[in-house]
Amino acid sequence: MSLSVILLVLLALAVVGYVLGRSRALGSAGGDMQKLHSLPSYYGWNAALMVLIPSLLVLVVWLIVQPIVIHNQVASMISEASIEKSSLDLVMSDVKRVADGLDAAVEAGAMTADQASSIRTEFTDVRDRLGDVGVALGSDVNSETLRAAQRYREIASTGALLRLIVVVGFGLAGLAFAYMRSHRDFRARNVVERVVRWILLSAASIAILTTLGIVLSLIFNTIEFFRVYPAADFFFGLTWSPSFGGGSELGIVPLIWATLYISFIALSVAVPVGLFAAIYLSEYAGPHVRSFAKPMLEVLAGIPTIVYGLFALLTVGPLLVDAFGGGGLFGVDWMQGASSVLTAGFVMGIMLIPFVSSLSDDIINAVPQAMRDGSLGLGATHSETVKQVILPAALPGIVGAILLAASRAIGETMIVVLGAGAAARLSLNPLEAMTTVTAKIVSQLTGDADFASPEALVAFALGMTLFVVTLLLNIAALYIVRKYREQYE
Amino acid sequence: MTDATLGSPLAGPARKKSSLLAVDALTKKRNASEARFKAYGVSAVVIGLLFLVALLWAILSNGLGAFSQTFIQVPVKLDKGAIEAAEKSIVKTSKYRAIINTGFRAELGRAGIDTGMDDRGLQKMMSSGAAATLREFVLANPDQIGRTVTFEFVASSRVDGYLKGRVKREDLINDKNLDAAHLDLIDAMRKADIVTKTFNWQFVLGTDASDSRPEQAGMGASMVGSFFMMLVVLMLSLPIGVAASIYLEEFAPQNWLTDLIEVNISNLAAVPSIVFGILGLAVFIQFAHLPQSAPLVGGLVLTLMTLPTIIISTRASLKAVPPSIRDAALGVGASKMQSIFHHVLPLAMPGILTGTIIGLAQALGETAPLLLIGMVGFIASNFPEGVGDGFLAPNSAMPAQIYEWAKRADPAFYERAWGGIIILLVFLMAMNILAIVLRRRFERRW
Amino acid sequence: MNELTHVDEAAVSGQPKIAPAVEPKIVARKVQVFYGDNHAIKDVDVDIPANSVMSFIGPSGCGKSTFLRCLNRMNDTIDVCRVEGKIELDHEDIYDPKVDPVQLRAKVGMVFQKPNPFPKSIFENVAYGPRIHGLARNKTDMEEIVVTALQKAGLFAEVKDRLDAPGTGLSGGQQQRLCIARAIAVSPEVILMDEPCSALDPIATAKVEELIDELRENYTIVIVTHSMQQAARVSQRTAFFHLGLLVEEGPTDNIFTNPHDKRTQDYITGRFG
Repeated sequence: MSLSVILLVLLALAVVGYVLGRSRALGSAGGDMQKLHSLPSYYGWNAALMVLIPSLLVLVVWLIVQPIVIHNQVASMISEASIEKSSLDLVMSDVKRVADGLDAAVEAGAMTADQASSIRTEFTDVRDRLGDVGVALGSDVNSETLRAAQRYREIASTGALLRLIVVVGFGLAGLAFAYMRSHRDFRARNVVERVVRWILLSAASIAILTTLGIVLSLIFNTIEFFRVYPAADFFFGLTWSPSFGGGSELGIVPLIWATLYISFIALSVAVPVGLFAAIYLSEYAGPHVRSFAKPMLEVLAGIPTIVYGLFALLTVGPLLVDAFGGGGLFGVDWMQGASSVLTAGFVMGIMLIPFVSSLSDDIINAVPQAMRDGSLGLGATHSETVKQVILPAALPGIVGAILLAASRAIGETMIVVLGAGAAARLSLNPLEAMTTVTAKIVSQLTGDADFASPEALVAFALGMTLFVVTLLLNIAALYIVRKYREQYE
Repeated sequence: MTDATLGSPLAGPARKKSSLLAVDALTKKRNASEARFKAYGVSAVVIGLLFLVALLWAILSNGLGAFSQTFIQVPVKLDKGAIEAAEKSIVKTSKYRAIINTGFRAELGRAGIDTGMDDRGLQKMMSSGAAATLREFVLANPDQIGRTVTFEFVASSRVDGYLKGRVKREDLINDKNLDAAHLDLIDAMRKADIVTKTFNWQFVLGTDASDSRPEQAGMGASMVGSFFMMLVVLMLSLPIGVAASIYLEEFAPQNWLTDLIEVNISNLAAVPSIVFGILGLAVFIQFAHLPQSAPLVGGLVLTLMTLPTIIISTRASLKAVPPSIRDAALGVGASKMQSIFHHVLPLAMPGILTGTIIGLAQALGETAPLLLIGMVGFIASNFPEGVGDGFLAPNSAMPAQIYEWAKRADPAFYERAWGGIIILLVFLMAMNILAIVLRRRFERRW
Repeated sequence: MNELTHVDEAAVSGQPKIAPAVEPKIVARKVQVFYGDNHAIKDVDVDIPANSVMSFIGPSGCGKSTFLRCLNRMNDTIDVCRVEGKIELDHEDIYDPKVDPVQLRAKVGMVFQKPNPFPKSIFENVAYGPRIHGLARNKTDMEEIVVTALQKAGLFAEVKDRLDAPGTGLSGGQQQRLCIARAIAVSPEVILMDEPCSALDPIATAKVEELIDELRENYTIVIVTHSMQQAARVSQRTAFFHLGLLVEEGPTDNIFTNPHDKRTQDYITGRFG
């Protein structure tokens, strides 16, 4: 019984509940709305919510628990011998694939349900038969796997049936309960409002759940990674050379180096340009210039990063090669390909200009006008006022803005994936291709690697490092900016 | 003008006075530094604007070409025998290709163009998909068999590039695909009006094509993928975002849970997008076993990513509704919940929608998380077959499709990638304009 | 360095308590100020005598602050503001295109309504002006200037042990005296004060008023005030503004005891304001 059917049944029950709850409440008041505690629709909503909330909760729990139960049940059928040969995880994924294959075969009509649960490897070549219906299996199916798969299907179908009964049962019970309570003295509005409040709270809690999800998915896989690869080698290793055949060296240092190098170049483009643009626009520019230039600069912030990535790879990179490459403008042969630290850093700098400038603009505008008056009244020029009064006053806020920009630069992915290169290198030359933490997360997780191999798991350790670093930067920046704002409020 | 003559009699006798009308050396220096500083400011703004212009110029100059496509007009005689033979053959396309070649040669002969080229050389003029085009036509219109039909076959990407001026003659000489004879042939064909250039609907509406056929690759399928993803984002992030904002703005008590939620929201807004991709991979694909490359999963990841943005802007619009409205509703006996849902929320709605559209635009252009959930590397060569398929069947998305093309070896795909960016930017611009119009139209000053 | 010596010499030369209006420090003729389309100041003529205190009084929005800000061209910083007419400082038109407002403001200092010390140390607050105008040759010079300014502002005794503490940490009255010290440190000839005591408590106000009285010996002071008592206490001459017009100007005693104009009379007797 598929999930959508259950959901439809519940929805239908909710509608029924609404109608019944409403009419019973009205009936108890003799059709006179004035005698009801709440508006009739609240009685209806009460019944509908009573149907939906408990049953949906049960359904969610069921969806989480059932796979675990099945896994344990089926795993006990696997012999020690086959676990030793590969691993329980691999065998289990084989079992699942065979079970799915049998499902597909039954659905396609290539087998009857009976056949699917009774075929034996001794008599049939399961792999061929599944291949006929378009289910490709990597290896031959042995009898143990097949039997485990059949058991898997059995439990799963019983589970699905039970699930339908239990979930719909809860829905009906809720309906009955709400129906009994729908009486004119029942405070339906208060109940409904309390429930809605809980719904609002749970919506707000999704932010916590998301963070929790990020942290858990990073931590579990990182621990898994450190089980197969020593943490010290990861954090202090100077070489990054993954090889999917095994024997990889996965040192994060060259990746961190390139990440910081690129971020540094990006910030040295974005901070001066962004800061001076903000100073000019907020201190000097007339309203006309400001109303034109500010939104124009902000367009740069609205352009997706993939566009910057392409710009780096296909426009800026080749231009730099024309200048610094062999036979180029300067007659030096310093640059081999379009991808380089400078390419990525420069383009990332362009991307960050509006980020720095709009944050600095806010911060400069928060410096009270009295400061400017005080300085100008003493005979300071405008630039002296900016340099010696406004900027020092705004310094904490600007530092916060730069930290936020740095966190952006470190976490930026598309520009470095396209513009920085793929080879990890520890070098000082900005015209060389290097690769960053984010770029390697992408390349390690988009290959065909097995998720249990250190070469794939390392991506989670990289992600964890990235997450921690950017989190610290963000928290520091938000703290500084908040303190700064309080000072002038 | 000496200082002493202008001195005030009230000042002491030894008082030397400086005149206001003469600018002294120090002031000159200070004014020069002022002018310099201002010049730095102006140049920073100009540099920023120049970058914008350079970016837009790169996009337009490289990408506009993708919107036109060269076609080669070939009258093909649909000979019954030849087609039946082709259908019986194992490699059907090569037989169909031979049929095209015959027609092509005849057409060239009619135009008086003489080529000493063999079939293999001649085939390079057209997309390798031409044979499939012919076969599809024949299978769809069996009644046309026996007649001569004029087809417009898609020219190969290099022919197309040469005619658009994207690829220079000098570069093509070294290319293993075309040689000088081909280029002469193209020039002759152009003179004979055998080639036409029209708007490239296939690029806008078509599906992606394999590595060897850049001339047939289109954005259509990935646009559908993006559409379904945005649908998921809209359906989830709007209600959840509004509910969360209402709670935080109107109901949340001052306690640790509220603080925790607030801190989480502001931090999530600054978490790198790739981390959301890792979350999607680990939770939705590895843990919940949702299908890879599915717009549903992409939409879920993007929802989590845009929620903080939407919550922040929604709270701002709720805050902008003056307390007097709430008081008025409470004053006539509405409950707090009723005052919010009946009065505050409708008034805040334009602001909420504006914020949501801007959040959606952000999500539409986001690429990094999609890489990790498998929306890249998948060739979106088919349209989804229905709504369910639209959410669950593997597909690409616009930015992912652009990335996919940027990665491919054949530079002909770069033009497609830039063109794809133009389409993407048109969507983003439309969404932003919609947001601005909404804000202008419904903006209320209290 | 001229200004520096001037201060000392002026101090010893000893000016009479009430400066005779024979040679005015500032002469304003037919001054008009516009904020966009709003005609804020109309045809103001006034002579401001040297080494005395002149106060501008009048109801809110009468233009007295606007006129004060014309005297050192602080209005230049407001885009829509336009000034016509003639204002002369020692016979030189301060709105002459050759005049650099920066140089002008070094001669005509200003103290604002709300104390606005910079977010720097007390020392740096005072040293800021001399530094930008290049008044100190070396560190010792600078220390001398700062100490002298703080002494003249009557603040030195209170802060001498914590010159490195932030200026924002002082009390409101101390902050305002710091701002006065900051203005004095540049050795201006004229000090403009825009309601300098409106944000202070009575004790701090008394101290600032005392200070103004002392400063009169060396500086020409123009003060805008809301309080008629304050004008009576500190100033030798008073000008009454109403609706952008200078209604009446004269020795303070005359204005308060024997006003000529009906509007002045109404204002000082509290009929409007």
